Amino acid sequence: MKLLVLLAILLLIIAGHQLLRIIELSRGLKKTKDWELTNSDNNAMGKLMLTFMILFLLAFFWQTHRWIDRSLPGSASEHGLKIDWLWDVNMNYIVVPVFLVTNFILFFFAYKYRGNTNRKATFFPHSNTLEMIWTIVPAIALAFIIIFGLKYWNEIMADAEDPNKLTIELYAKQFDWTARYGGKDGKLGTTDFKQIGGTNQVGLDTNDVLGHDDITVKNEFHIPVGREIELLMRSRDVIHSAYLPHFRAQMNCVPGLITAFKFKPIKTTEDMRKDPYVIHMMAAINKQREKFGKDPVIFDYLLLCNKICGENHYNMQMNIVVESEKDYNAWMAKEQAKKTGKAAVASK
Amino acid sequence: MGTKHTETALEHEHATHHDHAHDHDEHHETFVSKYIFSMDHKMISRQFLITAIIMACVAMTMSMIFRFQLAWPGEKFAFVHAILGDKWAKDGILDPNMYLALVTIHGTLMVFMVLTGGLSGTFANLLIPYQIGARDMASGFLNMLSYWFFFVSSSIMLASCFIEDGPASGGWTIYPPLSALPEAMPGSKLGMTMWLISMALFIISSLLGGLNYIITVINLRTKGMKMTRMPLTCWAFLITAILGVLSFPVLFSCALLLIFDRSFGTSFYLSDIYIGGRPLDNVGGSPILFEHLFWFLGHPEVYIVLLPALGITSEVISTMSRKPIFGYRAMIGSMLAIGFLSFIVWGHHMYMTGMNPFLGSVFVFTTLLIAIPSAVKAFNYITTLWKGNIQFTPAMMFSIGLVSSFISGGVTGIILADSALDINVHDTYFVVAHFHIVMGLSAIFGMFAGVYHWFPKMFLRMMNKKLGFLHFWITFISAYGVFFPQHYLGLAGVPRRYYTNSNFPMFDNLVDINEICTIFAIIGGIGQLVFLFNFFYSIFRGEKAPQNPWNSNTLEWTTPVANIHGNWPGKLPVVHRWAYDYSKPGQEHDFVPQTVPLAEGEHDGGEH
Ligand code: HEM
Ligand SMILES: [Cu+2]
Ligand SMILES: [Cu+2]
Repeated sequence: MKLLVLLAILLLIIAGHQLLRIIELSRGLKKTKDWELTNSDNNAMGKLMLTFMILFLLAFFWQTHRWIDRSLPGSASEHGLKIDWLWDVNMNYIVVPVFLVTNFILFFFAYKYRGNTNRKATFFPHSNTLEMIWTIVPAIALAFIIIFGLKYWNEIMADAEDPNKLTIELYAKQFDWTARYGGKDGKLGTTDFKQIGGTNQVGLDTNDVLGHDDITVKNEFHIPVGREIELLMRSRDVIHSAYLPHFRAQMNCVPGLITAFKFKPIKTTEDMRKDPYVIHMMAAINKQREKFGKDPVIFDYLLLCNKICGENHYNMQMNIVVESEKDYNAWMAKEQAKKTGKAAVASK
Repeated sequence: MGTKHTETALEHEHATHHDHAHDHDEHHETFVSKYIFSMDHKMISRQFLITAIIMACVAMTMSMIFRFQLAWPGEKFAFVHAILGDKWAKDGILDPNMYLALVTIHGTLMVFMVLTGGLSGTFANLLIPYQIGARDMASGFLNMLSYWFFFVSSSIMLASCFIEDGPASGGWTIYPPLSALPEAMPGSKLGMTMWLISMALFIISSLLGGLNYIITVINLRTKGMKMTRMPLTCWAFLITAILGVLSFPVLFSCALLLIFDRSFGTSFYLSDIYIGGRPLDNVGGSPILFEHLFWFLGHPEVYIVLLPALGITSEVISTMSRKPIFGYRAMIGSMLAIGFLSFIVWGHHMYMTGMNPFLGSVFVFTTLLIAIPSAVKAFNYITTLWKGNIQFTPAMMFSIGLVSSFISGGVTGIILADSALDINVHDTYFVVAHFHIVMGLSAIFGMFAGVYHWFPKMFLRMMNKKLGFLHFWITFISAYGVFFPQHYLGLAGVPRRYYTNSNFPMFDNLVDINEICTIFAIIGGIGQLVFLFNFFYSIFRGEKAPQNPWNSNTLEWTTPVANIHGNWPGKLPVVHRWAYDYSKPGQEHDFVPQTVPLAEGEHDGGEH
């Protein structure tokens, strides 16, 4: 078998070599050189440039048409609505038009002014007016972007000050997440990484009484709708990034630091499951899953890791359940009962 | 004005003095001094080019392996097994650690070895002395060292792929603590040490090269070659070199501190870490410090990669449109502005790191400012085409390709620069699409343009145009085919550097997009064989080059078709005009070389 492959390669090389010989010999007969451009080259390439432009722009519309409804559903958080709005304005009025128009002009000029021995180019070394125009127009567009962008950015990144806020800690480690709630007193205990071990997996400082009633959960955490959620993030080992795409939220988890991101969920998980866009999307997903022989799924909010963190970076996830205040309280009570139950067993 | 004249006269004298020295040299030239430890800028340029081509082939093969994994996760591929063996691809299924290693080394080789070392090394070396009318670089010896440091650095990077635990695998940005702690991943053991050593050597190479380019441009311009007459290529190489000289030392200190943290127990980047079942002693450091230091180089780096490509295309677009480059002064001005601004925008890579958000606001402002000179450049290129007489050489086609990818990739930068919008796409495939299109494609297209255009000067033969056309169209179409769809992956929230997306149901309906990317990658990869064949075949058997095949104005085309020491056999040429008198009214030909004196009352284009 290997011999056969080798033989085939050898034959190919010989055939290629002979072919080249023939081409080289015929070169002497032709008048044009194999590097010099002819009018017909320029003509053909110019037309191809135009063809490419048309296909390229069509491909853009085709992709957008086919794939845009695979984008994340509309924001499920309050600040995210503003981000979505600003995104759309930027995309629809600046980015896409500039992309389309400049590419159009570029390839159209390439086609229109394709070379020909009869033509002469116009000597046009500069024009102050034109150069002014394309300095000032972008500057104005950018000013708009900067003003809105910074306004929203400052609002989004301001400290969480809502007295009614719920503070949750996201604790990242290779390769999973833990969420920690303040427990009965609603306050998170301080931490000390040197005390990690045994049942103290998030490194609570056992001397701090505030931490004694803290609740930790894995795989899934719950939050109430309509209330400001303040996420505080820590990492045990390397940098991770807490990415909650449906809420337009992201922040790195950095060892040695506590980082923060606040948001207010406006749609419960159930609301999302009833959203027509999401239903459509999940149908497409389940159709694809069927092809893979995987079970169908329903929509869930997710927390992903979005900073390379090692071997299982691609599988560091946690479910998020957004529910009414009432359901949330019931869930929290259950978690608390679990904790006291465990503590009771331990003390026996 | 007076002082300037005496200066150039002096240089001229100095250079002719050199001339005699060269006459003596030529007698005792051996194989080793001619082909290996050569100090001739043309030979060094060819050495850089060939090394870069090899590195690019390796990096591209790596990308092919991980593209297969992304499109068809969990499938068995015999070729993956054949390359990686049982350890890293059991039964032909790629190992997750190896996936990360491949992404890391692919990025490192492409960004540093191919597009920094390779691109600047090849064309700054070839063109600076040729185009400013110098006999050689200011220091041939340092220039030689620059190449050999580059060679050793590349070799170490390659060698690191063959060690027990595999090469560095924390991403090309090597953020600690992941890269600092051997417990964090196998790639952070010996592989990371080798990466850092390789990078340190690379930085030395880059500094030696950069200092040389700067000094040469400033001191060795021939008589009449005022800065305002210099071709934009040389301007681009000059600004690139200045960026490199100012920013690479920062990367060096960044890497040095990481070496200390890894090997000598310091805590510059480490604090409060529990790993491998025990708490570490390190306290007080901060990974964010690393990120600042890294991106202080990192952002200028992207322009170090891009500016030479823009310089090359400026030259090619003007020559092949048979028109002066539009807005010569504005082009220089915008390159200077980009160069300056690129030092104060690095924070846009760090909006989500936990850096103070107010600092983020400042970087939003500076980053959006840099879009203005970038826009000016793009519009000036387009205006240069307007009413031109466009000659579609392969070099010209790649240059047009560059303008297109520069725009298509640049516009998404406007989105990313806006910190509020970056929140949701940071570190997703949207960013991957952005930087591959704006930096990867543009710079590679610029490099191809340079190779096709100056091949006659490098190898004294011509490349075949038909193969060039074929190569361009395959490359251009498949490049967009690979990276454009990735925007949509980003919109769906797919993070970067995931071994597979199949663990998240929400990404299940994106498989066809990933397949399309991979199929185009395969086509594009195979298309490069056309180039490799054309390149190596033409070196030996291509048609003999005439002296000035493209009817170009710049000085390199006044040298004889031979690789001689000192470039010009007799006196150095004297320059009388700028480089862009194409189709000037009242002239006999559609080009007027820089060596032709100005006629009575004729204006020089460079000064208006
Ligand atoms: C002109 C040439 C440009 C090059 C070569 C370039 C290159 C890059 C590269 C390599 C990255 C990704 C680095 C990484 O995370 O691994 C990047 C990200 C970024 N670029 Fe560009 N870029 C260019 C233009 C622009 C422009 C014009 C803007 C803004 C107006 C911009 C804004 C950004 C931002 C904000 C990011 C960070 C995105 C994120 O990580 O979330 N870039 N660019
Ligand atoms: Cu992680
Ligand atoms: Cu940047």
